[in-house]
Amino acid sequence: MSFVKLTASSLAIAAVSATAAAARDNVQVAGSSTVLPYASIVAELFGENTDFPTPVVESGGSSAGLKRFCEGVGENTIDVANASRAIREKEIKACADNGVTDIIEVRIGYDGIVFASQQSGPEFTAFEPSDIFNAIGAKVMVDGEVVDNPHTNWSDFNSDLPEAEIAMFIPGTKHGTREVFEDKVLLEGCEATGAMQAMMDGGMNEDDAEDACLDVRTDGKSVDIDGDYTETLARIDANTNGIGVFGLAFYENNTDKLKVATMGGIEPTTESIASGEYPVSRPLFFYVKKAHIGVIPGLKEYAQFFVADEIAGPGGPLSNYGLVADPELADTQSKVENETTMSESM
Amino acid sequence: MTDATLNGSGPGKSSSLTARDARTKRRNASEKRFQAYGMIAIGIGLFFLVVLAFTIIRSGIPAFTKTVVDVEFTITQAEYEAAESELFKTKAYQDLFISKLEAQLQERGLEVDFDADAIERLLGKTGGTIREYYQGNSNMLGEPVRFELAASSRVDGYFNGRVTREGMQDSRFLMKTDLDIVDALHEAGIMKSAFNWNFITGADSGVDNPGGAGIGASVVGSFFMMLVVLLLSLPIGVAASIYLEEFAPQNRFTDLIEVNISNLAAVPSIVFGILGLAVFIQFMHLPQSAPLVGGLVLTLMTLPTIIISTRASLKAVPPSIRDAALGVGASKMQAVFHHVLPLAMPGILTGTIIGLAQALGETAPLLLIGMVGFVARGYPDGIVAGFTDPNSAMPAQIYTWAARADVAFYEKAWGGIIVLLVFLLTMNILAIILRRRFERRW
Repeated sequence: MSFVKLTASSLAIAAVSATAAAARDNVQVAGSSTVLPYASIVAELFGENTDFPTPVVESGGSSAGLKRFCEGVGENTIDVANASRAIREKEIKACADNGVTDIIEVRIGYDGIVFASQQSGPEFTAFEPSDIFNAIGAKVMVDGEVVDNPHTNWSDFNSDLPEAEIAMFIPGTKHGTREVFEDKVLLEGCEATGAMQAMMDGGMNEDDAEDACLDVRTDGKSVDIDGDYTETLARIDANTNGIGVFGLAFYENNTDKLKVATMGGIEPTTESIASGEYPVSRPLFFYVKKAHIGVIPGLKEYAQFFVADEIAGPGGPLSNYGLVADPELADTQSKVENETTMSESM
Repeated sequence: MTDATLNGSGPGKSSSLTARDARTKRRNASEKRFQAYGMIAIGIGLFFLVVLAFTIIRSGIPAFTKTVVDVEFTITQAEYEAAESELFKTKAYQDLFISKLEAQLQERGLEVDFDADAIERLLGKTGGTIREYYQGNSNMLGEPVRFELAASSRVDGYFNGRVTREGMQDSRFLMKTDLDIVDALHEAGIMKSAFNWNFITGADSGVDNPGGAGIGASVVGSFFMMLVVLLLSLPIGVAASIYLEEFAPQNRFTDLIEVNISNLAAVPSIVFGILGLAVFIQFMHLPQSAPLVGGLVLTLMTLPTIIISTRASLKAVPPSIRDAALGVGASKMQAVFHHVLPLAMPGILTGTIIGLAQALGETAPLLLIGMVGFVARGYPDGIVAGFTDPNSAMPAQIYTWAARADVAFYEKAWGGIIVLLVFLLTMNILAIILRRRFERRW
């Protein structure tokens, strides 16, 4: 029973492992949970189709991923950050402060955001941004006045909608999806109902009015979902009147449980999103650390493989899963090929 | 007693010891009631246990079966080379397989209409399996080979009752008419259910390939993590407890340490995750997503449990044994290592295994050190790589699957829970056996 020996040997193992870890041969990816499904498909195929090891893809959210991406250059930092929004100026600066100056931005396609409810629930089949705003905005227009949201039923403000209680499940603030939802739905609705104009007439400047438009009522009729779409789905399963915000791919995988509503009269499909007709969509990105190309084996090949026509193009496995293929994929391909960084392409 | 004789005052009031008076009856009734409450409590506990076990088994069993397409076909050298020259090789193999299957079905004269698209919808991701086979067995090119290839997750669902004709909606993943083809293929013996070995031995797969997902790689990840926890927390924990219990002077400082160990045992595990991220990854630059780091974090979590249980079992060794050893001239260290520790060992082992079992089921700290996501994508290629290569752990893998869009992964998550429970049960049985074998009573 020599504990000393045990401890010594375990410490030795730890030391050996630590030194062995110095050379990393797999691509390390982290970031958006929206991009994660696509990245995991590509990672698996990349491992199966090339001689490089299968990349590791972690989730955690766009902001967390970019934060880790910007921690510095070196094998101990990630090579690729997935993001469901474009990188912000602030993040580029944080990156530069840590020596990450050359970043290649790769747009992989578009993601549609859809509004869906229980298959057998009330007839929620057509929405306008103004309906959503009227339902969950903190302050809305009623009879020409901006008041605290008094609506309890959908039919209270739009007689075309079913007489069902308002219960919306929207993405929480840590999600990239929330930003699109705010910009393309709440703000649009705020402007369309005239609430924004009324707020500005009431003495607010434009920025404050915009912020006020994005405020969501807090009386429980709108619920922030901080988890992923499976949580939203579970909430809708439990609530006949519930309406959830989903990614197109998630909805398409669960069409037997969910029915989708049109937005602005347009049904969300890969075609209507690719053409830009469907209003609520956003580009998806990943960011590559140029300094790691040539150091981490397979990094450039991974990026090239990701945006190849066979993978990210129409009919490929990504679009088959629900990604809307980017019409300008060829530009992206050449950008990756030439390793064009963000500062060069500006 | 004295009260009773005083109040009973005198022999006038006769009472028998055998006949029960009202007070005794009341006391007996209250005891009966208490027993009933206890039984109800146990009953409720058992009921929940049964419901839980039933749900887990019912939801998890489908993960252990898969629907396969059992066909024999030939790939020629030329076809192999053509497929290998593509960028997306596995797709080329998949297409080859689809065209060959279609031709075979034409030949057999199946009574339903079908086309290549329908067949594509019925199949899972098979290209990877075919490519892997021919890369290892290039001598089989040109020879007929019999394959059992996975069907798509929705066909799988149709076989185990998750997808029904009434409940399903036509989508690009599966059309209602496809189910006719499935029925015909099933009748012809081409499509059948098989035990899903891949689920137990395989690695994680992409979100569009539930059929290829397996928990094996993350079991290995969990195993290496537990190894780290065992190798570090047992010696450190035991050494700390022996010192505190047998050697340390009783003063304010040791009191402080004791209080803090008890407090540490109550710290939420996510805190250790943040600590692990800050210390092991950002400061010490250990690799991300590695079982080594996971093990270190869980060691911190397990240490207090082990120290507390070790101290309890050291305390349980009667002082007479120490006194006897010291009395015949043993040094304090000899008394501890030759007499006290062996007697305390069963308790220590039980505590350790329970601590390990707790650590095995922990997900929260792993979230922060990068073990959640698409991580368990293959087996490590050696012992050292087992510690340092990115890998997941069972609970993290289950969490990942539960969050995926395709319902088939939800089944996999339940199946993963069964595997995790089997692992835990094995550890607990081991703890019981060890205790039974070595336990000593005084």
